[in-house]
Amino acid sequence: MRVTRTTRRLTLAFTGLALVFLYAPILTNFVFSLNSDRFPTIPLGGFTLEWYRLILADALVIDAFKNTIKIALIVAPVATLMGFAAAYADYRFNFLGKKLVLVFALMPPLIPLVVIGLAMLAYLSRIGLSGTLPAIIVSHIVLTSPFAMAIIRLRFSQIDGDLEFAAQNLGASNWRAFRAVIIPSTKTSVLAAFLLCMAVSFDEYAVTWFVGGLEETSSVRILSFLQSAVSPRINAIGSITFVTSISLILGAQFLVLRRLTKDAK
Amino acid sequence: MTSLLQARRLSRAAYGAMWSLPLPVWLAGFFLGPMVLLIWLSFWDVKNFLLTPDFQLENWQKILTAGYFWSAYARTAAIAASAAALATLVALPCALAISFFLSPRARMVLLGLFVVPFFTSYLVRIYSWQIYLTENGIVMKLMAAIGIETGSLLNTPLALMIGLVTLTLPLVIVIQSISLLSLDRTLIDAAYNLGCGPRRVLFATVLPAARPGIVLGALFAFIFSFGDFVTATYLGGGKFTTLSILIADTVKSGQQWPRAAVVALMMIATLLLTALASIAYAYRRT
Repeated sequence: MRVTRTTRRLTLAFTGLALVFLYAPILTNFVFSLNSDRFPTIPLGGFTLEWYRLILADALVIDAFKNTIKIALIVAPVATLMGFAAAYADYRFNFLGKKLVLVFALMPPLIPLVVIGLAMLAYLSRIGLSGTLPAIIVSHIVLTSPFAMAIIRLRFSQIDGDLEFAAQNLGASNWRAFRAVIIPSTKTSVLAAFLLCMAVSFDEYAVTWFVGGLEETSSVRILSFLQSAVSPRINAIGSITFVTSISLILGAQFLVLRRLTKDAK
Repeated sequence: MTSLLQARRLSRAAYGAMWSLPLPVWLAGFFLGPMVLLIWLSFWDVKNFLLTPDFQLENWQKILTAGYFWSAYARTAAIAASAAALATLVALPCALAISFFLSPRARMVLLGLFVVPFFTSYLVRIYSWQIYLTENGIVMKLMAAIGIETGSLLNTPLALMIGLVTLTLPLVIVIQSISLLSLDRTLIDAAYNLGCGPRRVLFATVLPAARPGIVLGALFAFIFSFGDFVTATYLGGGKFTTLSILIADTVKSGQQWPRAAVVALMMIATLLLTALASIAYAYRRT
């Protein structure tokens, strides 16, 4: 668009402010996790690792992190695989009600978390699963697989659909064509989807809180801390979760962007 | 020969089913199932603190005639609508800058930067805002330093808006940017060639053409704000009881799940109607 230099600069400056607004809460969290004062405000007190020491000595926190890792390590592969299957089916086959299935598969992240939480809690307690790790895993797969499907479907839309058929015309079986054409061209986006599913599972707090009963993940532990009192220990756990999820998301973005720039060349 | 063909057809069908079935089956079992149960649950009874399957309308009657439900409903809708409007207004300049004033490379980096916070712990970010806004918190001290006395900013409508824009802004910016980037650039050139100034180009060409993205962005912001309970709880201090807080409190403090189910179904109905209306408006021909 042709606009004056001032307009351009003002708009870009505003965009910068929006970024500051989004990153300020993340940055202050790191600062206060290392600040010796119990009450978080300015001016800052001294430097300390005390809050990290406290949470690492807290059995509840450690157990919560262990649960989080166990859950994510099951949720991410399963959700990625199912998301991939659905994306591939949508790209490759035509069947009755395909659009409907697709819309349905994208719905879970749009339903309010407390509503899903309540529905899941009622359902899972009927089948005797509520209050267990499997209950959390089952719900996380519902919440994360739409993200996996969306990312991988996006990648499929860039692949030439005739390649796979060409391979089959040349005598390759379904599987051979799949191995030769589909796997090489989707593997980075599958990895990206995997990382994204881990990040979403890692940060989910609401449904987990509803269905998990006494089983806590690190996010639910944060929720419990928040319900009791202000404490820099929340900042310390927060820093660990931020580092983890930001690494996962940056990893996913790197994979997707590298693909895009490679294609552009 | 026919049997070979049949076998081949069968194996093709099996191959197709293997890919197309897992996710729908899983979602039917663990998403549709719970949602259907939620509807049924709203007609159940609670006897001696025990849930009893039943078919009675009392829960609906109780909730739909309760003053506290409708005031929470109106409050939730008003908060979500304001947050959606605010997020849309804040996002627009950013989406315009991303789409029109940056090189493709810088554009991807910036979009990436906006996406990252969306997938980081919302709980901790809201806790951070609590630190900023609380009595004797960072904002109060900074204001005092330049000579403005304020009280605690927590539990105010401003705090709610800060929390909800934190939640929704990344999403709105991405949706608007996608819509602006896919818009036909020759339209803009044509408008300039016809002698339109930048302002006229923006309001007469760019914004109308990007309407689907702007409306969908606002819709998503509304959906997420409508269902959120973290901001209302930790930045609103429980002063602003929303529908989500009603559900969470009911479920966590007792056995009245059927009434919570009624509230939940009212939320879903509202979101569904809002979504249908917005989508109809977004893609309406002019």
